[in-house]
Amino acid sequence: MSWTAMFDPMFFTPFATGLLVAAVLPVLGMYLRLREEWLAALAFAQLAAAGSLGAAILGLPVLVGGLGVSGLAAALKASLVRSGNNGYAILMVGGWGASILMLANAPLADHLGHALFDGQLYFTGLSNLWSMAAFALAVGALMRWLSRKLLLERMFPDFFRASGLSAIRYHLLFDLLVAGGLALATASIGVMAAFALVFIPTMIAYQWGRSWRHSLVIATLVSLVAYVIAFQVALVEDQPFGPVLVLCLVLAAIVAWSVKRLVSRTSRPSSARELS
Amino acid sequence: MSTRPHCLELNSLEAGYDRAVVGPLSFTLDAGEIVALWGPNGSGKTTAMNAIGGGARVFGGHLRKQPGLRVSHQHQNPLSLRDIPLSGRELLALTQSDAKALPAAMQPLLTRRLSELSGGQLQMLQVWACLTAPVDLVMLDEPTNNVDIAGVALLQQVIAGARDGRGVLLVSHDRHFIEALGARIVEVERR
Repeated sequence: MSWTAMFDPMFFTPFATGLLVAAVLPVLGMYLRLREEWLAALAFAQLAAAGSLGAAILGLPVLVGGLGVSGLAAALKASLVRSGNNGYAILMVGGWGASILMLANAPLADHLGHALFDGQLYFTGLSNLWSMAAFALAVGALMRWLSRKLLLERMFPDFFRASGLSAIRYHLLFDLLVAGGLALATASIGVMAAFALVFIPTMIAYQWGRSWRHSLVIATLVSLVAYVIAFQVALVEDQPFGPVLVLCLVLAAIVAWSVKRLVSRTSRPSSARELS
Repeated sequence: MSTRPHCLELNSLEAGYDRAVVGPLSFTLDAGEIVALWGPNGSGKTTAMNAIGGGARVFGGHLRKQPGLRVSHQHQNPLSLRDIPLSGRELLALTQSDAKALPAAMQPLLTRRLSELSGGQLQMLQVWACLTAPVDLVMLDEPTNNVDIAGVALLQQVIAGARDGRGVLLVSHDRHFIEALGARIVEVERR
């Protein structure tokens, strides 16, 4: 397999699907980290996997199962008092338990189970691509509107409450977007790769960003670069895509952290000189 | 005598979290007025303010806000939020605050990330974001905390200038600061 394989028409659909996933998930991750609810990514990915497996066993479309279960969980979670990572941890272990039981008792779901947990991007089809493209457009439009409200609620928690307004509808809408994004991503790149795309690029962006807008750009760029490299490496080396992407992101995190440490070490003496 | 309803009216209010820790407390606040809750540490000034903001429970008495009242609330200890990669300008934009009108001494803060600001600088930006937001009532909790002498003087100027058409309720233990503002003082005593 050559290093230009990603431009092969045969791989265009999976490549474009993954590229959209890699562009959208870090944006959602930035707001999840803002709300200190990054565990939601893993919870919704696990639930989407469970929903997809359940749908496959029942003979229903896999995407519908994943989207349905994670969407239902988002609505349920939003209706509870703000429970943060506690609520997401419960959803995550519940999704994991249900998935493993289904895999153990329905051997026919075994192949899908591998795809969902290992990440088999190369087997995604046009339905995944169009669903992800529509979702990316929805995220682009809705997050422009939601962004200020989510940031305002975090930085000035009483702004809505003290004025007699409720922020629940904004949380519900955002939770549904996260659930939808994770369900679609899990169906194409797998549980852990989807979680890593939400978690790691935003972690780097929070370290390096000089503003919110700048951080959004950093998170998206890190995600896209890691994705393109992982796609090509997995293809050329004939490896499962999910783990390769996760390791590329881990490497990016190590490099970003090391450089940041180096920069802060070298900038310290000059600050000291300025002070003296 | 004016029949216009007050922005805010507290009548024998008792408030707290698990149980009442402040009150009974009674006062009114009108547009253009500055009211300061003053009292010793632990007297429940912040709890009273949180009850008005909806963050603490009302156990007794009455709390009435003018219908449709828009409120901004600056909390103490904003430092836990400084890991969030926001610039000063972005912080002000959240409350639709006017960054152009920011005093010249604070203009350099606009382009800096919140984590690069001192506690006092962050406090000043938060106060400005609340004071110049399009609201009817501004609530400031210990706005002089972490702020140096020059900053306190600037705060006095900024708060006095922002009272036009809106009420300002502030909590402070700094009697000198309150008196310099010309605020009406409501004493809060320990229960």
